Formats: sequence, C-alpha cells, structure tokens
Amino acid sequence: MDVVGRNNVVVTGRASGRTLMLAHGFGCDQNMWRLVLPALAERFRVVLFDYVGSGGADSGAWDPERYSTLDGYADDVLEICAALELTDAVFVGHSVSAMVGVLAAAREPARFTGLVMVAPSPCYIDDPATGYPGGFDADDIDELLESLDSNYLGWSAAMAPVIMGNPDRPELGQELTRSFCATDPAMAAVFARTTFLSDSRAELATVAVPTLVLECAQDVIAPREIGAYVHAAIPGSRLVTLPATGHCPQLSAPEATGQEIAAFAGATR
Amino acid sequence: MSKTSADGSDRDTKADAGAHASDTGGEDVDEAELAQFAALLEDSTQDLYDNAPCGYLSTMLDGRIAKVNATLCNWLGYTDEQLVGRKRFADLLTVGGKLYHETHFAPLLAMQQQVSGIALELKGADGRRLPVLVTSVVKTGAEGQPLLIRTTIFDARDRRSYEKELLRARKQAEQAFTEAEEARRTAEAERARLQQVVSILQKSLLPPALPPVPGLEAAAYYHPASVDEIGGDFYDLFPLGGERWGFFLGDVCGKGPEAAAVTSLVRYTLRAAFLVDPDPIHTLTALDAALTERYTGEEMTYCTAIAGTVTRTGDKFAVALASGGHPPPLLLRADGTAQILPTRGGSLIGALPNVHFAPASFTLEPGDTLLLYTDGLTEARTKSGGPRYSEGELHSFADRLAPAGAQASINALMELLAEFGDGLEDDTALLALGNPAA
Repeated sequence: MDVVGRNNVVVTGRASGRTLMLAHGFGCDQNMWRLVLPALAERFRVVLFDYVGSGGADSGAWDPERYSTLDGYADDVLEICAALELTDAVFVGHSVSAMVGVLAAAREPARFTGLVMVAPSPCYIDDPATGYPGGFDADDIDELLESLDSNYLGWSAAMAPVIMGNPDRPELGQELTRSFCATDPAMAAVFARTTFLSDSRAELATVAVPTLVLECAQDVIAPREIGAYVHAAIPGSRLVTLPATGHCPQLSAPEATGQEIAAFAGATR
Repeated sequence: MSKTSADGSDRDTKADAGAHASDTGGEDVDEAELAQFAALLEDSTQDLYDNAPCGYLSTMLDGRIAKVNATLCNWLGYTDEQLVGRKRFADLLTVGGKLYHETHFAPLLAMQQQVSGIALELKGADGRRLPVLVTSVVKTGAEGQPLLIRTTIFDARDRRSYEKELLRARKQAEQAFTEAEEARRTAEAERARLQQVVSILQKSLLPPALPPVPGLEAAAYYHPASVDEIGGDFYDLFPLGGERWGFFLGDVCGKGPEAAAVTSLVRYTLRAAFLVDPDPIHTLTALDAALTERYTGEEMTYCTAIAGTVTRTGDKFAVALASGGHPPPLLLRADGTAQILPTRGGSLIGALPNVHFAPASFTLEPGDTLLLYTDGLTEARTKSGGPRYSEGELHSFADRLAPAGAQASINALMELLAEFGDGLEDDTALLALGNPAA
C-alpha cells in the first residue's frame, strides 16, 4: 500500500494556499482537527493524516519496533512529505506530535517553513536531577495503560464503525464514527509508552524554523511551566496562551486556536 | 389535561385511570392502593437526585463541578462544599485516569456530545480508589450551544474485578499462545535440522553420481519415502579394473539410523568382496557372512540384493548377476519386448543358514537395457488406499516401454512413481544399465 493509503492521508482546502500539515497526538486521529478545519481550509491547503496504529491508517503496516520511538512517527511524517512532494509546509503538531514535528524538521529542514506546537511537552516524566517538572512518573503511565486495557473490553464490541447522526452539529458530518479514539489496545499501548516515556528535551535546540507554541490556560498534561520551558528552549519562538481548558484546544477553543494557527502560517514565508 | 379518545369523546385521563383499570387487561388497582404508592413514591426530586443509587455530577464546560449528589459525595468522602466550584471532574481521577480523560474521554465528548460506559477510577478524599463506569452527556441550549456536562457514575467494583479476571485470562491466553508459537518454531527448527542430517546421511549411502562407464549408459533414481527418516534402499556402480564394472542394488530391512548402519556395512562389504572375487555368488555369500557375523540374536537383520558385474566385449556387454531374495530385474530388449530375469528363489541375506543365491547371465546387445528396482515400486498403491502395483503390471509397463535407453527408462518410471502420489509408501531405488542402440 502506498504512503497516502497507509496513513489515510487527506488533502483538502485551498489548493493554491500554503500547505498546513495537521498532525494528531496520542489518543485519537485526524478528526481532532474537525472544528478548526473549516476556517483553515479557506486559506490554506491542509494535509491531514493518521499515524500508523491510529484512526483509519492501515493497521497491517504496524511495526511495534518502528513505532516505539518518536523517530518512527517522524518517519511517517517525512514519508508523507515525500509522497506529496511537500516543501515549505507549516507543520502543526498536537501534543506528542509537536515533538515529532521537531524531529522531522531537524532531519529534512527543506520540508518545513514553520512549526506550530499545540500543547507540547518534550518530556512528561519528572527529572529530579535537573528539577524538570514533567508532571508524571512511570507508575502514572502504567495507570494509563490500565485504563486503555480496561476500556478495551467495553469498546471491542463497538469497534465496527457506526455512522453517527449529528443533526445538531452538521460540521461533524455523517461519516464520523465510533472508531474515533478506538485503537487496537496493543498499538495504543506502544504509542502511549512512546509518547509519555520519551525525553526529547535536547532536540528542542535543533529547531531552526519560526515556531509558535500554543499552550492552554489549564492543561494537566502540558501545564504552563512546560509551555514556558519549550518557549525558552527554542530561541525566537512565540508563546501564546489560549483561553482553553484541557489538553485539546482545537476542540475546546477551536476559534482561537484556528486564528492563531492561521495568523502564524499566513505570516511565515 | 384531557385528550380525545378514539370514539371522539373527551375524557379526563387521570379520572379514567382508576375506573377503567380493569378494562386494560392489567392488574386491578384500587384507589387506596394508589394512594399508598403515591405516599411511598419519590415525591421529592431533590431526594431522588441526592440519594439515587448512582453518582450524579454536573460540570461546567471547563470541567468545574457545578452540582454533585450526596451519593457521590459519600462515595468519595467529600462534602458538597469541598467539590462545588472548587474542583474539576478530572481532579477526582487518578493520574493515569486524568491522562485517559484528556486524551480520549474529553475529545470524544467534545466531538460526540456524549460518551458512555468508560471505565475510570475515582480517588476519594482519603486516597481510596473507586472503580467506576462513567457516562457523560453535553446539555445544549435552545441554539444547540453546549451549556454544561451531565455525568452519571456507577460503582463498578464488582464488575471491574470481573473484567480484571477477563483481562488476566486474556493475557494468559496470549502468553500461552506466544509460548506455543515458540515451541512450534523450536520444533520446526529441530525438524529442519533432523531432515538435514537425514538428507546428508542418505546421500552418503548412495553414490553422489554414477561414474561414466565407456560405452554404457547408466541411470539411477532414489525416492525417499520420508524426509524425516533414512530409508534402507541402496545401489552403486563402480570400476573393478579393465573393462569390468561392479553394480548392486538392494533393500535393507527397516528404516532409520539402524537401517542406515546396516546399509553402510552392506555397501562396503559388497565393494570389498567384488575386489576379492568378482563372481556375484561369492559376493553375496561374503555379504551374508558379514551380516550374520555382525548382527546376531536380537540384533539379527537382513537385506535383499542383486549384485553383478558388467564386462565390455566389443559393442556388447556381458552381464553376470545373482539375486538374494530380491525382486527379479527386467531386461528391455532392442526388439521391443521385456523379460523378467529368472532370479527368483535366492535366499534373504543375513537371516538364514545354508544360503543359496539365484544367478543369471546374459548379454546386453545394442539397444538392450537392464532395469533393477526395489519393492517400493511394485508394492506401491496405484492410488491412495487402492490396490498395489505388481511385478506383473511392471512387466507389462516395461513391455510397452521397450526399446528404451537407461535414462529414458528411469524417466518413464519416475513419471509412473509421480502418478502414484501418496500411494508410494516405501523408499524406491532404481538402477538402469543400457547398451545404447548403434
């Protein structure tokens, strides 16, 4: 299967606009961008995709070894860039994908002209040696894995896609299915470990493109100290605090999130 | 409130309920009982809310708790005041649960307006954990705009322990599967190694290739019945000096390593005996002596064999051979006939006192071919479970085949063997010596 099919790549929006590549984080899939997509698609060419192991990507391409490092996910990004012959794209990475974007941009700088890091954290585990407040320890991650496991039982019967009617919310469309957020638990476990146990703090210094850091006012996964840390570690970066609660501002504050992304991407050249 | 019934008359439905209860097919309920029910029934929605058998929680869109019922407060060990406006729903979760909430629950709720039956753990005021099943619905206003989140929480301690059992069982099953796979791979590797040993050993008991004999066309074929076990069939063709060559073909009783050891002894004995005296009777007699001497009593074993010499004289070959209990060879003549050589009656080798062997001598004229075979061929079933092939049928086959050179004869027989398929149950060795037609 080609990369476009493998990663369920969707290209939409204004064909002549600058390319925005929207990358989902751990947990769900490209549908995370649903609420900001309409506004962004008016001005930009938007590339959406699912990492292998998530959403509608080809689960046959799953390789636990490849996807047990963030580099494996960066491989997905760069392979999609190559397949679409992208250059000068703005990469918008949510959560763990913000760091995937950093890795990808360091490897193939010509692909990217800007980086938007949405609720990023370069390391989720506390580091007592340096006083770095990641916020979590290894036991917490085990607890998350348990949650993934215990919900698998309840979810397995619902794995088959179910068309959802959303008469009240036409922007969600009819095709959104229960499979959003439903992932093979074995793959989700690998992605969870990779996400929460990786330490990419050293890679922040490699960022050589204009960077926008979007943090949320209230985020238990990536609290404001972490936003400040990322901002400080990337010289010349801009930090914006969104009036949003939770870890997913593109869902809880889609308007503000979309505006910030558009303003940044529109200004990059 | 009244509604219009089917017959068009207006009736007070509340007044009707008692009077017509007996008409509706339900149980008779009299006014007194209804009054009793009303007294027992929840007349306070507040009481129903607070003391429902599940937890109720209303939160603002940012997660701050706006209202909580007494049941949930009791489960958690908090007072209403400690929660309302002070904590968010996520604050009540374990850290791992918070991660799950942020990465799965909240996005799903935002996208779908509702999430049901998610297993999470709440953390009580004293740190105690309470496994629960959580269902949330977004309450929307008249315009469809989200207003707040309503959540019901069910105690899932029993269910969770059951699910943990299921998970444990699943993990055990996966573990067992992994171990079985590992064992299967090991066994396969073992078998491949064994097959390699068998194949190498088998080859060591057969000539790697027949030596070129001037003026003579020689061809052979060996079909092992199993890749897992060494067969007991053998053949050879080798120079005896001058224009003379020795050959033999035979079948050792049994299979496997024991048969391989006997085969090895048989081959070297025959080769050595031919060098001492090329008379085939002498050769088989020497073999019989060697087998009898080596394998006595419990170990007693035997073989059948045909051994002989072929000596070139001009454009012909003189053949002298003898048989010890072996199926008689076929002679495919240049004139298109085939004959069975009269070598029946020779003794099994290595098993009997006072052995005697059946000799035959003849000339291979140009166009003649001598064909030796083991009983794997004649005892093959013509199809799986069908009747066995026979010497008679083989004779007819050879009769149709003649005249044919050595290689052509072997090729025809290989095709025949292939047709037998699974019916070919035993090892089969073939050796053909042909005097090519002028």
